[in-house]
Amino acid sequence: MTEVYLNGRYVGDVDNSAEFVNRIKQDRRSGSLPGDMNVYYDDALGSVMVESTRGRCRRPLVIVKDGVTLLTDRHVKQLQKGELSWNDLIAQGIIEFLDASEEENSLVAFSEKDITPEHTHLEISPLTMLGVIAGLIPYGDYIQSARLIIGTRNLKQSVGLYAANFPLRMDMDVNLLHYPQMPLVQTMMHELSEYKAHPSGQNIVVAIMSFKGYNIEDAVIINRGSIERGFGRSSYFRPAVSEELRYSGGLMDSIVVPDKDVKGYKSERDYRFLEDDGIVYPEAKVKEEDVIIGKVSPPRFLSNLEEYSLASNIRRESSVSLRHGEEGVVDFVTLTENEEGNKLVQVRLRDQRIPEIGDKFVSRHGQKGVVGLIVPEANMPFTASGIKPDLIFSPHGIPSRMTISHMIELIGGKTAALSGRIIDGTIFAGEPEEHIRKELVSLGFQEKGTETMYNGVTGELMESKIFIGNMYYLRLKHMVANKIHSRARGPIQLLTRQPTEGRAKEGGLRLGEMEKDTFVAHGASLLLKERFDSDKTVVPVCEGCGIIAIFDPLKDKRYCPVCGDNVEISDIEISYAFKLILDEFKSLGIYPRLQLRSKY
Amino acid sequence: MHKDLEEYSGKLPPKILAEIEEKCPVSKIKKVVKKVYDEYSAAQVDAGEAVGLISAESIGEPGTQMTLNTFHYAGVAEMNVTMGLPRIIEILDGRKSIATPQMEIFLKAPYNKGKDIKELALQIKETQFEELVAEYALNIVDLRIEIKLKSDKLKEIDMTPGAVAKALEKGLSNDAAIKQAGDTITLQLATKDETKALNSLYRLKEKSKEVYIKGIKGVSQILPVKRKEEFIIITAGSNLKKLFELEFVDTERTTTNDVYEISEVLGVEAARQAIMDEVFKVIETQGLNVDIRHIMLVADTMTVSGEVKGITRYGVVSEKASVLARASFETPIKHVINAALKGEVDQLNSVVENVMLNQIVPVGTGLPQLVSKRAKEEKQKEK
Repeated sequence: MTEVYLNGRYVGDVDNSAEFVNRIKQDRRSGSLPGDMNVYYDDALGSVMVESTRGRCRRPLVIVKDGVTLLTDRHVKQLQKGELSWNDLIAQGIIEFLDASEEENSLVAFSEKDITPEHTHLEISPLTMLGVIAGLIPYGDYIQSARLIIGTRNLKQSVGLYAANFPLRMDMDVNLLHYPQMPLVQTMMHELSEYKAHPSGQNIVVAIMSFKGYNIEDAVIINRGSIERGFGRSSYFRPAVSEELRYSGGLMDSIVVPDKDVKGYKSERDYRFLEDDGIVYPEAKVKEEDVIIGKVSPPRFLSNLEEYSLASNIRRESSVSLRHGEEGVVDFVTLTENEEGNKLVQVRLRDQRIPEIGDKFVSRHGQKGVVGLIVPEANMPFTASGIKPDLIFSPHGIPSRMTISHMIELIGGKTAALSGRIIDGTIFAGEPEEHIRKELVSLGFQEKGTETMYNGVTGELMESKIFIGNMYYLRLKHMVANKIHSRARGPIQLLTRQPTEGRAKEGGLRLGEMEKDTFVAHGASLLLKERFDSDKTVVPVCEGCGIIAIFDPLKDKRYCPVCGDNVEISDIEISYAFKLILDEFKSLGIYPRLQLRSKY
Repeated sequence: MHKDLEEYSGKLPPKILAEIEEKCPVSKIKKVVKKVYDEYSAAQVDAGEAVGLISAESIGEPGTQMTLNTFHYAGVAEMNVTMGLPRIIEILDGRKSIATPQMEIFLKAPYNKGKDIKELALQIKETQFEELVAEYALNIVDLRIEIKLKSDKLKEIDMTPGAVAKALEKGLSNDAAIKQAGDTITLQLATKDETKALNSLYRLKEKSKEVYIKGIKGVSQILPVKRKEEFIIITAGSNLKKLFELEFVDTERTTTNDVYEISEVLGVEAARQAIMDEVFKVIETQGLNVDIRHIMLVADTMTVSGEVKGITRYGVVSEKASVLARASFETPIKHVINAALKGEVDQLNSVVENVMLNQIVPVGTGLPQLVSKRAKEEKQKEK
């Protein structure tokens, strides 16, 4: 007796589990049971699990019976002619989908010649083992699996042609590569996924060499000429949205150029790009603090209204303006209504992003790097035939990471560029490396892919031959322009009077506890005090009771809330945070008394 | 002592002076001692150096590189010992009971060459009653347990069944009446309460298993090892006090890794040395390089009070003079409230408090101050 579970729920017992499992499989293949059903015999539990729920990861495999594939040459021919479709194969029980658990009961042959009588299935192509993105990496069988996964992650972050209708879309935070190209070394997956409709990289000449130490620690050197010719150039789009909200009492926002008497009016200069409707005009070159959508709102607290008779006019400024450090061109303006029928204004900003030092680039093999130096084209090293690399990659990135596929792509790309044909680098089925090398020789180049190069500055011949070829490089969406941050002075927090935190709030960079320790360890006491002066305050202290006194600037007088004004009150300099903790002590019912004494 | 050297007594440690006198020709003593003194003063820590913080950083930074799991050496007889970061934490916390106590027993003259080593080791190992039992037979009707002893095991530990019965009697005290005949020991349950009898009978059986028979309490494993021409015994479990009663033990070299036990048996000074040795041993096996002086400072702060105190909020931190400094290290509200109850005054003499107040910390450049006579006061006095 074997227990049978359907979708994890006990439904009954069967006498012969093997026969039962086989029958389910048979019925599924013949079509009398649904094709999205999977069955699994758990050897450890001795029970049969039948699954038909959603969310199981399944993959197609060719069925093998008694050591023979059901997919015959006849089928293949019919497929090529278009007489047979994928769904026909499934209907005929030649191909079926397995989920992770049914795979446990199966033995899948890697290729047709590996089939033995024990095998139950055959891989359609080794490529089907991978997902779409991993399948896009050429020569994936020549790379560590961990690196392959890193490569897929990088690929997902690349800047490309993300959608063909991009001019009409209001996407949040997107990048668009200006001159996307198809890779020279492709895989079958490029064809299957119609990669040419949305490519995301460019074919460039890569030299693997060091360059004045500017490519240490995974940095890359980029040729300024290449950048000027459009390499890695992209646009960054960001929308600004504002709507006219309705408030209780019939009040509502209005999108206009704010009047000068509006509360929080910025300056005339900040509103200079607004047209009469209160919205910027397209192609306006806006910089930080510039207002994009002018808007005024009713006052925040209506109860305060009575105090002023003419208060209904006093409205609050609530325009949308560019954040600190942002700039761009107004690309596209839409005026619509939202679900509630309120006026909705959307403005799309565009910013051209030319590669600069600190931008991130990656090959398809998880070999990422940031730009360390941009070299004028005249100073780039060149080969005997006059080729100058677009990018210089450091050789130290190779041995520890063992990304052989990176190097095979390099010579593959070189061969492709020279011969004018696309090289196939599909995993487990790519063009053999020797093949590429032989072709490279026949094209009149070194078999190893190396070339004699000359120093671009002095013209001297380089002693060693340089490994140089063509590769598909991607620009990643992490750009310095979105991350650069510094501050000398700026906003502070209301509660603690310490600087704000984070780039968005133009915050400071915290000197933390452990950093403080390093100052103490060096004995730099005076410097340490200065670094912590960001929240220093001068407070009056009553020498009678030791509690913080009050300074009344109107009367220019100090007095103690406990002892009155007939006591000695002295100013001391402390951090505002300490004043706060004294207040907290008081709220705990603890009386923190300051005893003053001359320091010297 | 040479007169040139006498000048420096008090300025240089006696050990250095003695070495100079011994190794240096008399004619050059004056020059040499001067040079030594200069070097010695240059090596001393400057006033105002934040010694504690530098020690903390010097131990803490390599500590981040320490691996949590210990290394195991294949093929070497080895006992399970806590190493790495957990061990360091254990020592610095000043725990009273450590995870893996261990002793290294050195032996006196004839025995350290391997004489009777097996017998000695068996004398040290604790034998519990369970190890001697071949069979338990519970007689539920008469509320009696009949126990058969392993005769070969008895021979091994050199004890008669009668002696075992005596030890058992001591261990079980009033729970049962004990009768012994040959290899069989009979335990007759003392209580007559029928309702609880079955339970107590079972409990008696379990209790009897753990009764101490012979050896040193707490020593659960022994391992004789040859180390440099000499046999020593390594144990799992530690009990120095009982061990030192045995005459074949070399009490001068025998140690344990239990710092707290050392401070009880041998005193704080020994405990201080033990802390240093144990911490340094861990750091060394991890392949890290920490100057011993940093560890010395830690060991000193843990033991200055006369007993071993851990670097925890109950240990050395609770001894701090400043309320604010204590409050800044774990459980602030507790410290502040207690200080308020007692009316404590914080003199703001240390680093943390002054950082909180944004005042100059009294180390390094914060120490030098200008001293001058105040002209006004002088004049007033003259008047």
